[in-house]
Amino acid sequence: MVTSQTQSTPYNPFTEEHEMFRKSVRKFVENEITPCADEWEAAGIAPLHDIFKKMGDLGFLGLNYPEKYGGSEADIWFTVVLHEELAKAAIGGVPMAIAVHTDMCTPALAYHGSDYLKETYLAPSICGDMVGAIAVTEPDAGSDVARIRTRAVRDGDDYVINGSKMYITNGTQADWLCLLARTSDDDNYKGMSLIIVPTDTRGFNVSRKLKKLGQHSSDTAFLSFEDMRVPIKNRIGNEGKGFYYQMEQFQVERLIGAIGSYSGAEKAVRDTIAYTRDRKAFGKPLLANQWIQFKLGELLTEIEATKHMTYYCASLIESGAKSSEVTRIASMCKLKGGRLARQVADTCIQFYGGMGYMEETPISRYYRDSRLASIGGGADEIMLQIIAKLEGMHIE
Amino acid sequence: MHIVTFTRSTPDTAAKVEVDGNGAVSWGDAATVVNPWDEYSLEEAIRQATNVKGDTTVIAVGGDLHNDSLKHSLAMGVKNAVRVNADGLDMTDSLQWASLAAAAVNNIDDCQLVIFGKEHVDVGSDQVTYQTARKLGWTMLSYVSEILELDAEGGTIKVEKTVEQGKQILTAKLPVVISVLKGINEPRYPSFIGIRKASKATIPEWTPADLGIELPASSITHDAYNNPPPRDITSEIIEGETIEEKAAQLVDKLLEEKVL
Repeated sequence: MVTSQTQSTPYNPFTEEHEMFRKSVRKFVENEITPCADEWEAAGIAPLHDIFKKMGDLGFLGLNYPEKYGGSEADIWFTVVLHEELAKAAIGGVPMAIAVHTDMCTPALAYHGSDYLKETYLAPSICGDMVGAIAVTEPDAGSDVARIRTRAVRDGDDYVINGSKMYITNGTQADWLCLLARTSDDDNYKGMSLIIVPTDTRGFNVSRKLKKLGQHSSDTAFLSFEDMRVPIKNRIGNEGKGFYYQMEQFQVERLIGAIGSYSGAEKAVRDTIAYTRDRKAFGKPLLANQWIQFKLGELLTEIEATKHMTYYCASLIESGAKSSEVTRIASMCKLKGGRLARQVADTCIQFYGGMGYMEETPISRYYRDSRLASIGGGADEIMLQIIAKLEGMHIE
Repeated sequence: MHIVTFTRSTPDTAAKVEVDGNGAVSWGDAATVVNPWDEYSLEEAIRQATNVKGDTTVIAVGGDLHNDSLKHSLAMGVKNAVRVNADGLDMTDSLQWASLAAAAVNNIDDCQLVIFGKEHVDVGSDQVTYQTARKLGWTMLSYVSEILELDAEGGTIKVEKTVEQGKQILTAKLPVVISVLKGINEPRYPSFIGIRKASKATIPEWTPADLGIELPASSITHDAYNNPPPRDITSEIIEGETIEEKAAQLVDKLLEEKVL
C-alpha cells in the first residue's frame, strides 16, 4: 500500500498532494462513473460531454498541459494517479474515453500545435467543453501505421481530405479529431501530417458505430471523409512530421495503457480475494484453498512488478530521457500490462465460478473489457517488434 | 460575517473497527476519511459564505490525525483552517471537546453562524453540537434540511428542520449553531487547484492557553472495550419448483420465526 508522505522517494513517487488528488478522483469515480456503469453499458454509449464538463471544472483534464490553456503544469505523477483511479471504475469504456481525451489525442497538439490550435481545441478540451479523438487506424492499416492511405491534398488555404479511419474511440461524440493523413506522395514515414479536424466539417461522416466484444459504453466508430476541407492552419507542427509526432504521442498512450492495465488488474484480484473469502464450498471459504491463495499472490506480485516498471517509465518521461529509452520501456510496460490483464481476467473469472460468468458480476465485464489492452494502442506483437529492434535483434 | 464549521478524521466507514489484543480500539491500517456528515456542513458553509460575502473557517478538535480533514476542507474551498488541541484531551469526553470548540469559535471575529454535520460517525453521537451551543450561549437548531435565508444585515436565519412528524420552518436571531442533514446539498469534489493550495497550507494549532481557558478535567474513565459477541448465523436456501412456491415457503418460515 502506498502511504502518504510529504516528499516523494525513489520507490514511492507520491506526496501528500498526490494522495489528496487520489482521494478526490476516487470519490469522483465512485459517485459519478461507477453508479452509471450498467446504464451506459446497456446504452452502448456514455454522455462524454457531461462527464468531461464535470472533470474539466475540477481541473482533471489538463494536468500536465500549460496553464496558459487552462492546464495545471503538474508533474507526471498526477497523471499516473488519475489513470490508476479511473481504472478502478466498474467499467472500462469510460476510463478509456477519458484517457483518449487527456493523453492520447492531445499531447501532439499541446507540444507541437500552434497558439491558434491550442486556443481553439486544447483549451476547450481541458475545460471539458469539447471531446477529442485520435484517428490513426484504418481498415487496412492498424498497428502498421506506415500503410495508412487517408490523404490530405493542398488546395489553396485548405487540405482536401479523403479516406477513412477505423476503431475510433469517442468517434460518434468527438468535436475534433487528431487525424494522421498522408500529405505528400512519399510512400513512407515522411509523407504524413497530423491535422486537427473539427467533426462539423462538411464531408465528415460517422459511417458506423461499431459493436465490440467489450468496452460497450465506449462509442467506437468507423469514420469516413469525402472531400473534407480543413484549413492548412489546422496542421500540427510541420508538414511531413506527423508520423514522428504520433510515435511520440504513442509513448504517452502506452504508458497510460499500462497504468490502466495494472491498476484494473489489482482491483480485479482484490475483488476476487474478497469474493473467495466470503464464498464457501465444501464447508470452508474458497480462499482457504492454498491453490487460490498462491495463484492470487503470484498475480499480485506480477502486478506490483509491472506497476514499478511503469513508474520507471513515467520517471523517464518526466525527466526528458532520450526517446529511444522511453520507447523501449513504454513498449515493455504496454506489453506486460496487456498480458497481465489477460492472465488476471482469466484466473479471477475462474475463481468466481458460475457467478463470474454472469453479466451482473463485474468480473465478467472486466474479462471482456481488459482484453483490448493487448490489442489497442499497438498490439503485443508490435511491442515485441519494437523491443527486438531497440535491443539490436532486428535483421533485414 | 464569519461562518465556522467543524470537521474530524474518522475511520473509513468500510474499515473494520475492533478491539485489539491490548484492549484498545483499532481500525488497523485502514485510511481515515472526513467524517461523512461534515462534507455537507463544509459545503453549506462555503455556499452561505459566498451568498453573504463572508469568511469561512473550519476547526478540528484533537491531534494531527485531523489535519487530513482540515486540508480536505481547504481543498473544497473553505478559506481558513485551524486545529485546537490540548494535553489530556479525551476525544470521547464531549464536554471537554465542546469547551475547546466554543473557545475557538469565540476566538474568531464576527462569527455569527456555526455549522456542524449531523453527527460524528466514529463516536456515533451528536451531543457535541448541543454542548458547543450551550457553552457559547447561542441558539441551537438541529437537523436542518435547508437554510431558507441567512440575513446578515437583519441578523436572522430562516431554516427548514426535519422532525419526525414532518417539516418545521423556523426563524432565529443570530448567532446560532446548526447541525445539517445529508440532503441539504450536494458536496463538491476538491478541485485540482484547491488541492494544490491546501497541500501547501500550514495548519495553525491553538492551545487552551491561546484561547484563554483551562481544559476542564475529564470526568470519564474507560474501563474496558469489548467486541460484540460473534453472531451465530446459519443460512438456508429455499428450494421449490416455482417462485410462488419458494415465496410461500419463505413466508411460512418468517411466520415460524416470528419475523412477520
